[in-house]
Amino acid sequence: MASQNPRSRRQFVKDGGGLLLGFSLGDPAAFPRLLRIFPSSETLHTPAAAKLDSWLRIEPDGSIRVFTGKPDIGMGVQTAFLQIVAEELDVSPEKISFVMGDTATTVDQGGVGGSTSLMLGSKPLRNAAATARFLLLRLASRRLGLPVEQLHAKNGVIGAQDNAAKSVSYGTLVVDAELTDDLTVSGQGFALNVEGLGKPKDPASYTIVGQSLARVDIPPKVHGRFHYVTDVRVPGMLHARVVRPPGVGANLVRIDETPLKDISGFTRTVVRGNFVGVVAETEWAAVRAAQALKIIWTAPAAAFPAQPDLYRHMRDTSPKATKAGANRGDAPAAFLPAAKRVEATYEWPFQSHATMGPGCAVADVRSGGVTTIWSGCQKPHALRKGIADLLKLPVDAVNVNWVEDAGSYGRPGFEDAAADAAVLSQAVGKPVRVQWTRSDMSGWGSKGPAVACDLRAALDEHGQVTAFDFTSRAFSGGETFYHPDAAGNFLAAQLMGLPNTTGKDEFAEFGEHSASYNFPNIHAIAHVIPALYPSASPLRTTHLRDPEGPAVTFAVESFLDELAAAARVDPIDFRLAFLDDPRAKAALAAVAERAAWDRRPSPKPNSGTAEILTGRGVAFGTRRGTYVATIAYVQVNRRTGAVRVQRLVCAHDCGLIVNPDGLRGTIEANLIQSMSRSLYEEVLFDRSNVTSVDWQTYPVARSLDIPPQLEIVLLNHPELPSSGAGEPSSRPTAAAIANAIFDATGARVRQAPLTPSRILAALARMQTA
Amino acid sequence: MSDRASLKVNGQVHHLDVDPQCPLLYVLRDTLALNNPRFGCGLGQCGACTVLVDNRAVRSCLYPVSSALGKEIVTLDGLGTPENPHRVQQAFIDEQASQCGYCLNGWIMTSKALLDKNPHPTDAEINGALSGLVCRCGSHARMLRAVRRAAGRSSE
Repeated sequence: MASQNPRSRRQFVKDGGGLLLGFSLGDPAAFPRLLRIFPSSETLHTPAAAKLDSWLRIEPDGSIRVFTGKPDIGMGVQTAFLQIVAEELDVSPEKISFVMGDTATTVDQGGVGGSTSLMLGSKPLRNAAATARFLLLRLASRRLGLPVEQLHAKNGVIGAQDNAAKSVSYGTLVVDAELTDDLTVSGQGFALNVEGLGKPKDPASYTIVGQSLARVDIPPKVHGRFHYVTDVRVPGMLHARVVRPPGVGANLVRIDETPLKDISGFTRTVVRGNFVGVVAETEWAAVRAAQALKIIWTAPAAAFPAQPDLYRHMRDTSPKATKAGANRGDAPAAFLPAAKRVEATYEWPFQSHATMGPGCAVADVRSGGVTTIWSGCQKPHALRKGIADLLKLPVDAVNVNWVEDAGSYGRPGFEDAAADAAVLSQAVGKPVRVQWTRSDMSGWGSKGPAVACDLRAALDEHGQVTAFDFTSRAFSGGETFYHPDAAGNFLAAQLMGLPNTTGKDEFAEFGEHSASYNFPNIHAIAHVIPALYPSASPLRTTHLRDPEGPAVTFAVESFLDELAAAARVDPIDFRLAFLDDPRAKAALAAVAERAAWDRRPSPKPNSGTAEILTGRGVAFGTRRGTYVATIAYVQVNRRTGAVRVQRLVCAHDCGLIVNPDGLRGTIEANLIQSMSRSLYEEVLFDRSNVTSVDWQTYPVARSLDIPPQLEIVLLNHPELPSSGAGEPSSRPTAAAIANAIFDATGARVRQAPLTPSRILAALARMQTA
Repeated sequence: MSDRASLKVNGQVHHLDVDPQCPLLYVLRDTLALNNPRFGCGLGQCGACTVLVDNRAVRSCLYPVSSALGKEIVTLDGLGTPENPHRVQQAFIDEQASQCGYCLNGWIMTSKALLDKNPHPTDAEINGALSGLVCRCGSHARMLRAVRRAAGRSSE
């Protein structure tokens, strides 16, 4: 029921209480509102999911504000949400603005992660919008004296179907009746959903969902009118840099601040255990102070294996946890009578998020009143809890104000930068902006885990797979918990001596992190290897885009290619024989058709003495309801080992497509980023520290590496709910490229990244074999 | 240590007390609150901090402010306006060439400098001229298409 006395909450949110509002992306003048400071008496409760006005509010001027705990981290999700809400409410998209991720005004939806924003996070928005429309129709019915069945909503106006003169706007309807109805809540975190009286539309009637609406954030970004978290400036704010130890396990002995005294604008050094930061009035003074500070540390621990021994270490170390996979039949018995057995081992390195913008955050810590954190991290509501725990403050005394940062692809360290800022602001009693250096980010940001997979299969005399065996050993993708909801989660806290008590065992699993195939006998097992060092490690592992997916799919899909070659069957035909799911088959068929795939076994027949060899490879992946098939065409220089990806073709099925061009953009970027991870990216380390500290020691794809042809086939299923697209197409790329290299050369590279030296080594092995 | 200096940015002259050694980036961001030159690496490796100095693309993170005195500095928001965008900006919008967009400043400013010098670049010239830029999200294909479009070439 619409409440009759609703002014207070609307006014409170609009301009009262010093509450921080989101800002219209097209309206730079709105940005300073972000910088409001809370009055000291304020406590902040995250809005209750069970109230309609926690999700959306319609203003008397007809504008609509949507509140969501799912921020847009650069993939265009806001535009897709906009379309979904506009569709259900029958309003023009321009009427809608968003508040994303602010913990005081948005519901905790678990933040961003797992490609769930459209798959799960859009559901409560769709249902809330449908309910608002239902309530508006009911209000209009009373006002116009017509039954709802005779009314029609369009562009924010409800009118009689047969009498254009009888109409009333949404804005007019809410002047006396704000929509604050109760909703039924189910699930929590990513799966949180609400339902009300209004039911969503039949997808067959969509006119806005399914269109390529231009992304609302791109014009302000291109015009230089957009504000990232790096641009937040708070009155009285100081600038800081952190100074990290020379390696894992190094302890601070003493610091010498003498050289800092002459730096104009230098304020002070903050030391908490092994956590060191310098604070200054200007950023340049902070830069100089961090460079000038002299610190004596104890020698770091030789805690890491020598890099060439990493995978041996992973195989020789007792797992800390083990998980049985989806087993079927009796694989050990089925191996015994095999006509042919194939075995291979695949290895995937530590990789870095290497965000374009190094970690940055602003903290304004108040002992009385509300502490505010400005962060672009993916999980602001969890960060709020973690910061409260770190500062020993009540959760309701902390607000995280989410402001977009550079693309994060998981938990890169934006959370750690926020904790750094919080510690420093608490120490100096003023707002502090921390800006990490490139080295802080690449060196000390958390990492995607290294994974080693051992695969075996038995083939019968007809080339049919009779048994399949999968064993993985991986560092945990959750060693640094991706929900930063406790103090021990943060690097700053660990440097201060707190243990990481938040870590979780996360496994690299066949079927979960790869496609599954219906082999008659399957044995799968996954082990988690203990962290190389328990605390404050630059090799601590966490979620990096599609955690474990690229690694496991590289192994499984390379191995499928090896099996197809052993059976002398075309790699797509071979896969199709072990897939039942029509959507899986359709994705492979679509990619083959678009690529004009030449149907034959790999490798390609020998091309004589040519220095440049060409080949094509396919790989397939599924991820929580999304299907991706990718074909790579490569050139390999047999003399230098250099590989050039000439063409990537990708067929992608994620159910209902909300915005085809936005989806294409995200898939294209996924393909290029995953190509970069496949070919170039490996975190380098010595016995105690990461030595990949910049773009030279952690190279990524550049313009000269981009495939001249990048083709995407979208398979739309309006009758099915949307599944995710943020990660799935990262999954098959590495195997598609490795399989293309095999097709071109006959040499199999089983260790990522697929570098020239590994390709040359594989070519040499083939010649001696 | 500090000098009184005049800095001309987007046509406007600012009188500042600055350390002549301070990289231009921090003066633009910290002193003048001009956000678009972005801190990406501070090492001249990624291009996020690019500004135009006398029409040349310069990495402001390594460029001492003293070298910029008396010169014309242009930042992204000085290139065009939403009502009257520069053709490179319009092309980036037309191609929807962005994921997070943090790198856009470097790509647009470097492309502008390229097209001023070479209005009709080949693909190889475009790829070469932009090879010093990082885009971590992987929006390269769309951004390269945008530059071709801005150069007046049909987008294939």
